[in-house]
Amino acid sequence: MSLLSLLGISPQVSALLVEATLQTLQMTAIASLLGTLFGLPLGVLLATSGRGELLQCVSFNRVAGLIVNATRSTPFIILVVAIIPFTRMVAGTSIGTTAAIVPLTLAAVPFIARIVETAIREVDQGLVEAAKAMGATPLQIIRKVLVPEAMPGIVAGLTLAIVSLIGYSAMVGAVGGGGLGDLGIRYGYQRFMPEIMALVVLVLIVLVQAVQTVGDRLARRVNKRLRDA
Amino acid sequence: MSSMIRLEAVSKRYPARKDSAAVTALSETDLTIDRGEIFGVIGRSGAGKSTLIRLINLLERPSSGRVEVDGVDLTALDASRLRAARRQIGMIFQHFNLLSSRTVFDNVALPLELAGLSRAEIKSKVQPLLELVGLADKSGRYPAELSGGQKQRVGIARALATEPKVLLCDEATSALDPETTRSILALLGDINEKLGITIVLITHEMQVIKQICHRVAVLDAGAVVELASVESVFTRPRAPITRSLLSAATGDDVPPHLRARLSQHPIGGDTLLRLRFSGPHAESPVISRLTKAQGIEVSILHGQVDVVRHASFGTLIVALPVAGDALAAAIRFLESENVVVEPLGYLPASLRAAG
Repeated sequence: MSLLSLLGISPQVSALLVEATLQTLQMTAIASLLGTLFGLPLGVLLATSGRGELLQCVSFNRVAGLIVNATRSTPFIILVVAIIPFTRMVAGTSIGTTAAIVPLTLAAVPFIARIVETAIREVDQGLVEAAKAMGATPLQIIRKVLVPEAMPGIVAGLTLAIVSLIGYSAMVGAVGGGGLGDLGIRYGYQRFMPEIMALVVLVLIVLVQAVQTVGDRLARRVNKRLRDA
Repeated sequence: MSSMIRLEAVSKRYPARKDSAAVTALSETDLTIDRGEIFGVIGRSGAGKSTLIRLINLLERPSSGRVEVDGVDLTALDASRLRAARRQIGMIFQHFNLLSSRTVFDNVALPLELAGLSRAEIKSKVQPLLELVGLADKSGRYPAELSGGQKQRVGIARALATEPKVLLCDEATSALDPETTRSILALLGDINEKLGITIVLITHEMQVIKQICHRVAVLDAGAVVELASVESVFTRPRAPITRSLLSAATGDDVPPHLRARLSQHPIGGDTLLRLRFSGPHAESPVISRLTKAQGIEVSILHGQVDVVRHASFGTLIVALPVAGDALAAAIRFLESENVVVEPLGYLPASLRAAG
């Protein structure tokens, strides 16, 4: 706070900025968490249910793939409005930060699922064969081989997903979701306050930078393939 | 000696697809591998070796026939019994197939985790295995920090973790340099002696067969074309493919700089012969006897004497400065000494003097 006043920013603007930042953080964090919770298993299933794969179930694979593609090809702002009835059913309301988490999560799940699927498909099939030769069940292969070996790719992909969600969260102002994007539009653009716009952009840059840095570090830590110790 | 692995009329066909015709990877094959033996399968790439070894633990399902390991017909088992049976069959791979996310210790522990052992039991089993393969000090390292030979040692420890009766080696030394290959093969030989485990290995290198196998099957185009003890395959190869695999390994081909000058007609110089020795004859001084008996000076241009499981055998390419009757007499003398003589052609005398 004192830093903001040092920069000559009024207490009112500071309060707005802090509130919006917290809203953005809240929406992004919860949507990322829920997105991973549902996206990770969905991604595993997408990667293992195809023809000739561990949990072969071709019809599931087709249908899930179709739904994932449909969700991903809908522009986010359209998705937000289109699912308002669903949002109201889940969150009890269609307005506000909590309500905004619903479309954000819905966009995150297929995104994360595809990321997880890709990372798992990158795992050397030789490892799966070795595990089969050891007498592993399909579930053991997923838990002990595929997911741990795909972890560097999954972490890097999750970082990408969280950065995208920070961007998406700017659009939920359309349903009163609040957050930094909303602040930028309402104050910076509609009320001609360029200094607020500049601050919003600055905070977003810092947030994205922080997420990327942490994600990169984590990805490097879980990657035991490259060792230059 | 009773049998450990029996393949009865086993075949593997891949049905035709949109873009490829049907392929017979292995035509109907019977094969019996004895308890405690080291059995080699050799062939060129595409001969069906990989298919054959994967049929033994049913990573490939046979199109027909029975696969029996330790008296159990694997093809008749349901999924969960097959998984249990596979714990009795360890496997190591050309590219090691270690989990990059796990340390050496945890890689070796994996099959034990899969079998549902407690952490304490796992600990008590992994440490002796790491000592067996000489990696006790690398327990906490990740595979990326190890050399190829060390990775394969981890692979071997992992394959032995469930105390299997059979160890399958799928081109286990093909990605390793010759020095490391020898040490890995020596380790496999040790393990075979210490634990009495039956080893099946596939390779495209006769050197590998020579170093540790007891018997060998030669595979060509999906069929076993020769099956015999390693001694007899090395000294009396029958199938053409076996001879060609052997000459790559034993260096009994005419060196290229000589082959270029070789003529099929006598040109007043030297006669080039290939001499094959085997058994006790490989150790008798045949060449010096020839010199003493017939006064012929023999130049040895190329050659190798080798030992396969206590039997010596060798090949020499020699030049004799004679032709006609003297040559015929020399050949008769060599044949009376149990040397297999094969005339290769004639060389100008100047060439021999030069080198």
